[in-house]
Amino acid sequence: MKKKFDFLFAGVGGQGTILASNIVSEVGVRCGYDVKKSEVHGMSQRGGAVESHVRWAERVYSPLIEEGTADFLLGFEMLESARWPHYLAPGSLVLVNNHRVMPPSVNLGQEQYPTEKEIESILTAAGAEVLWVEGAAKADELGNQALAGVVLLGVLSTKLTEPAEVWEQAVADLVPAKFKELNIQAFRAGREMAEK
Amino acid sequence: MKKIMTGNEAFAYGAYLAGIDVAAAYPGTPSTEILENLSKYPGVYTEWTTNEKVALDVGAGAAYAGGRALVTMKHVGMNVAADSLFYLSHTGMKGGLVIINADDPAMHSSQNEQDNRQYARFAKLPMLEPSDSEEAKKSVRTALEISESFDTPVIIRTTTRLSHSLSIVETEAEPAPKVKSEPAAYERNPTKYVMMPASARKRHPVMEERLIRLAEFAETSALNRIEPGDDEIGIIASGVVYQYAKEVFPNATYLKLGMVYPLPAGLIRELAGRVKQVVVIEELDPFIEEQVRILGIPARGKDIFPIVGEFNPGLIRRCARSAGLLPRPTGQAPAVTAPQLPARPPMLCPGCGHRAVFYALQRLNAAVFGDIGCYALGGTPPLNAMHAQGCMGASIGLVHGIDLVGVKDRTVGVIGDSTFFHSGLAPLINLRYNNGTSTVIVLDNRVPAMTGHQPNPSTGNTLMGVEAPVVKIDELARGAGLTKVDVVNPYDFKHVMDTIKDHIKSNEPSLIVAQYPCVLYKRERNQPMTVDVEKCNECGNCLRIGCSPITKIEGGVTINSGLCIGCGFCATICNQGAISLPAQEGVTA
Repeated sequence: MKKKFDFLFAGVGGQGTILASNIVSEVGVRCGYDVKKSEVHGMSQRGGAVESHVRWAERVYSPLIEEGTADFLLGFEMLESARWPHYLAPGSLVLVNNHRVMPPSVNLGQEQYPTEKEIESILTAAGAEVLWVEGAAKADELGNQALAGVVLLGVLSTKLTEPAEVWEQAVADLVPAKFKELNIQAFRAGREMAEK
Repeated sequence: MKKIMTGNEAFAYGAYLAGIDVAAAYPGTPSTEILENLSKYPGVYTEWTTNEKVALDVGAGAAYAGGRALVTMKHVGMNVAADSLFYLSHTGMKGGLVIINADDPAMHSSQNEQDNRQYARFAKLPMLEPSDSEEAKKSVRTALEISESFDTPVIIRTTTRLSHSLSIVETEAEPAPKVKSEPAAYERNPTKYVMMPASARKRHPVMEERLIRLAEFAETSALNRIEPGDDEIGIIASGVVYQYAKEVFPNATYLKLGMVYPLPAGLIRELAGRVKQVVVIEELDPFIEEQVRILGIPARGKDIFPIVGEFNPGLIRRCARSAGLLPRPTGQAPAVTAPQLPARPPMLCPGCGHRAVFYALQRLNAAVFGDIGCYALGGTPPLNAMHAQGCMGASIGLVHGIDLVGVKDRTVGVIGDSTFFHSGLAPLINLRYNNGTSTVIVLDNRVPAMTGHQPNPSTGNTLMGVEAPVVKIDELARGAGLTKVDVVNPYDFKHVMDTIKDHIKSNEPSLIVAQYPCVLYKRERNQPMTVDVEKCNECGNCLRIGCSPITKIEGGVTINSGLCIGCGFCATICNQGAISLPAQEGVTA
């Protein structure tokens, strides 16, 4: 068992960020890790930013990741991916869903949405490797935007050694029953994208 | 079996295992999910009360009758319930009574920051503080045992971070089914339960003596323990802060407190005897630190760690380095800082019925005195239509006081339906009784939406899923003697504007109920709106309503069809007819 894995999730309310982080927590539990997870909700349904921390290790104390130590960042939305570089460990991996949700100040024309290049340089300056994932496009193809997060999980699963079957079972158990098949498809699509 | 649960899920599970009979609460982040989860277990009666004081009185009654009761609330809810907390501390109960109090350091979803450990000392009640979900589960049973053996209400303190974090819980055997026994007669014991001065004076010494016995219990209880480590630093910590400290000081000696009031003086002295210096790491007030100093132990604490906000491992490490408790890092690259990026504040949802009312108030340039709920988002840009907001139920008294002194602005008090049931009726009666002239608008979306749609007296059902009568706010107001009362549909915008103007002008106390169900609760969705950019003259009206699907583009605006639910309000206020209503369906009213 590797010493520890710290996963940071960043997105916008309604994108399924919390569900995805629940799935990663569940995979950790089923693979025998001590697991803690933290998030703040309450206002998240109102279009606010959502962040969630998941930690796997032999023994986890803090439910919050310490700055500079996250191993993975899953960005469900491009701008949100760039909000937390100070949490990333050198050599960490950032998966960015290629999808924009405009914040109010950008809608009103008061601020600029950062470019892909700006986002990438914020993250690489923190010593992270950036992997752009066409999660939103794949989710559209499957007919539901909410699947993008599970596509990201498919990609993430290929960067870890836990068996794909454990991941698939956790996805199947945690998503609403009527969307189970679609979510499994989205997860497999993510794995295929990563393996190409 | 191991199961991963939030702190709040674990509290609910623990309450079920401990055999709670009656549980009552008013929803409030971060405490809401405790009762929501508990209501799903068999054999427990749960109810959403109209406010936290009512919840505590319901819990008190259940415990007076010999039942096991649980009451949950957020930190500011304890302010509302405090009156009852103090009589209960005097009387004690027959059955057990546990109060779970959720503090919100950093004010993730609150109007003020306060440390409710002070209530334990203030009301002379024991307080437990678990540090993860497993401890949260166990804490309910332990609290009940303390409650029943010491004849005292017991408070369990949680914080947002504990309530909303997940960690592993060991599942336990199902509790034995409750055996229904013949109800006993109510114990008529006036010197214990009737708190008139003569009997209350007899009860106060009982409380003081109880506190001494509880402090003795704290010395030997498994809730508090010394974890031996090196002799440099002895750390006193509790709750989730203990977990942060363990990351930063893995080898220190600890006094881990599971009971934060009353404190175990003997264990604190023992810790001090083992180490060179004692450091108290606690969020918010120096609650433990001050009591340690009273023992004559020169503890450090708030000279190192902040008195405001929430802690995390990084913050504790930085503070400890600055204070010389940890070596400073050498030769490392400068730390990465958070970038400046456009913020993403929460705003009123697309299709929210509150938007039209706040847009009307903005157009009328009214001074708006608000309250607690989703509609507080009417105060955020670009609507900016809220000019004071304090706590639940404050708006009506506030606008009355402002009108008594008089300002040249048009003034309005706004309050939600749940907030009105919580604490809006008393100030409305006061307004009428004292011949006030203020205008009050109830933003009635039929449900407390901000906390996640718990049923309330305007929803038509209860937490247990039983049908309930719908309480009509306009009828309550008429019953209180108001004669100028109107119910409007916020989407009938011209009518809304005319009604508000008419009410503000009038010299009598008046009430407008702006009624439209929460679109998230109703899951309402029509065809999205479309923009004819040719007709748009870029006046910016639609951007001023603060609806997230509407985005400025070169030469006009565009509407995100994935986010728009087709309420049509933007079309109503577009002077150019550039935004079209969805075909056929139109605006549902």
